[in-house]
Amino acid sequence: MSVQAPHDDARTRATGRLESALRERRAAGRKLLVPYVTGGLGADWVDIVRALAAAGADGIEVGIPFSDPVMDGPVIQEASQRALAQGATPRSVLAGIASAEVDTPIAVMTYYNLIARAGDKRMAAELARAGVAAAILPDLPLEEARPWCAEADAAGVETVMLAAPTTPDERLARLAQRGRGFLYAVGLLGVTGERSQLAESALAIARRCKQVTDLPVLVGVGVSNASQARAICEVADGVVVGSALVRRILEGAGPDGAGEFIGELRQALDS
Amino acid sequence: MVAAPSPMGAPDASGRFGSFGGRFVPESLVPACMELETAFSEAWADAAFRARLASLLASYAGRPTPITECPRLSAELGVEVVLKREDLTHTGSHKINNVLGQALLAERMGKRRLIAETGAGQHGVATATAAAYFGMECAVFMGEVDVERQALNVFRMELLGATVYPVRSGSRTLKDAVNEALRDWVASVETTHYCIGSVMGPHPYPYLVRQLQRVVGDEAREQYRERSGGRDPDVIVACVGGGSNAAGTFAGFADTAARLVGVEAAGGSAVGHGVPGIVHGMRSLFLQDEEGQVLEAESISAGLDYPGIGPEHAHLAELGRATYEAVGDDEVLAAFQVLARTEGILPALEPAHALAWVIRAARDGTLAPGTKVLLTMSGRGDKDVAQVKEMLA
Ligand SMILES: Cc1ncc(COP(=O)(O)O)c(C=O)c1O
Repeated sequence: MSVQAPHDDARTRATGRLESALRERRAAGRKLLVPYVTGGLGADWVDIVRALAAAGADGIEVGIPFSDPVMDGPVIQEASQRALAQGATPRSVLAGIASAEVDTPIAVMTYYNLIARAGDKRMAAELARAGVAAAILPDLPLEEARPWCAEADAAGVETVMLAAPTTPDERLARLAQRGRGFLYAVGLLGVTGERSQLAESALAIARRCKQVTDLPVLVGVGVSNASQARAICEVADGVVVGSALVRRILEGAGPDGAGEFIGELRQALDS
Repeated sequence: MVAAPSPMGAPDASGRFGSFGGRFVPESLVPACMELETAFSEAWADAAFRARLASLLASYAGRPTPITECPRLSAELGVEVVLKREDLTHTGSHKINNVLGQALLAERMGKRRLIAETGAGQHGVATATAAAYFGMECAVFMGEVDVERQALNVFRMELLGATVYPVRSGSRTLKDAVNEALRDWVASVETTHYCIGSVMGPHPYPYLVRQLQRVVGDEAREQYRERSGGRDPDVIVACVGGGSNAAGTFAGFADTAARLVGVEAAGGSAVGHGVPGIVHGMRSLFLQDEEGQVLEAESISAGLDYPGIGPEHAHLAELGRATYEAVGDDEVLAAFQVLARTEGILPALEPAHALAWVIRAARDGTLAPGTKVLLTMSGRGDKDVAQVKEMLA
């Protein structure tokens, strides 16, 4: 297979809002906490976003629900299906984000078909208009990312790249080079969901990512509670917490309960 | 001047047929797809591998399958129909051709567990069969709706030692079975080979599966020429779910003058009603709404109940080299009965779609009297008899 030219030129690389915020906080000695919520899940989801910001999130991931979420386990599948049944669309989620008016940078997490359907250029512009800082697209790997990244870069939207335990070192470096915002280290081989034990692979992938990049490295997938988050932050710059929060929301936690849970994680990382 | 490339050549380095195909998978799976791409291209160029596959296809799967003339059906329709008999293979459908090849590849890559999605159950049965033969572990994902309507095939897979996981998400049919197989693979990729059942998914699957199925078209072309003094058929017809029996058949005839026709279920017509999208690892045509949410296909045939189509078919449709037609459930039921009554062959509901189109096209004059038609009988109807009985009651 032919080796592709690097996707970007480091000299022209602009640091976006999410990356700047994360770098700044890391420099201040803080461990980074990025919670995930499914956009459009329940009438109060925008209040939940505000509660997460108030509870000390350093960035917030908002999922735009997709009919076929192949990287997601049962909890986020259920959340996506419920949100879709409640009428969530990419546009309604973006409108919600715009109305949240939080200072915490927001990244949307979704599947590439929802972007491709609208068109790369149009969706990049819509994200920017809604005040979204970054996009996380788990089914858009490096080799296919170029057209989207060109439009996202132009619109000032940071594209977060994902690294997996199976990613070879040489490729890891290229992912980090193309990545914006932070490098998302997938903590285990598997889909999103809570795990009772911290996977050994979480520390291993965090270590490998830290070796190849200066970007903030956050571990996500399988990070389920405060003690796991602390253990990961011995190596990584921070964590993404999804299913553990979304499960609580599905169980009716509401903005208060969601904020409380993230507040606990915040405290654990700060102490 | 370079000769015009065959309309069914190899995809480009990114796995694209024209603008369709590619590899849109989570990062965890990218290295495995690359490994498979390399393993396949090495194996395909390796005479020993090809000989081993050919020998398995002959001694285990029962190849070559014959072609069969249909004098009574032809007299009734006024067009000359010849069937390529994939229904006569071991396990009763063309799916075995693909599965034996992929099991050999899995063995070559040192992977001892096979996973598969299945709709009608034929691909699941074929995969379970290969796993038993090679002494591998096997897990099959099947939508809950299909588990019910293809209960016999579920039991078959279990007899063969496979574990069948009913999938309860989404439409609970083939699309969701693919999602669940991908989720398993994301977690198990280091020890597991995902044995995809059709010409779909991320590169190299659409190409790999088509190459493993082209034995259908290559055999049929030779057999047909032998029977017809060197002549090719006028029209090649095959049903299309993901499109593997059609792609394998078309590959044998793409460079002839024969017209290529793929027949989809009206409720799952990706070429008729789909738009370009990116689902299940590939850019192709999918039934979806304006936002990009994938719609649920609807068909009596579990094997065609898929809202997408393999990328090479999307490309052939765009080129105009193949055309794609859609038939409804009622026509299919009628075709099922006609073939049983006139030729003593019970087709699977999937290839009954191909026949339904031939019947319609012969009646409305789309096919001129005397047109020579080759139809791929992709599988036998045993699995569908109970369902047909219910529908006719
Ligand atoms: C007998 C038969 N034919 C056709 C199909 C459709 O698959 P494809 O379009 O890949 O040939 C199936 C799928 O289950 C099948 O069982």
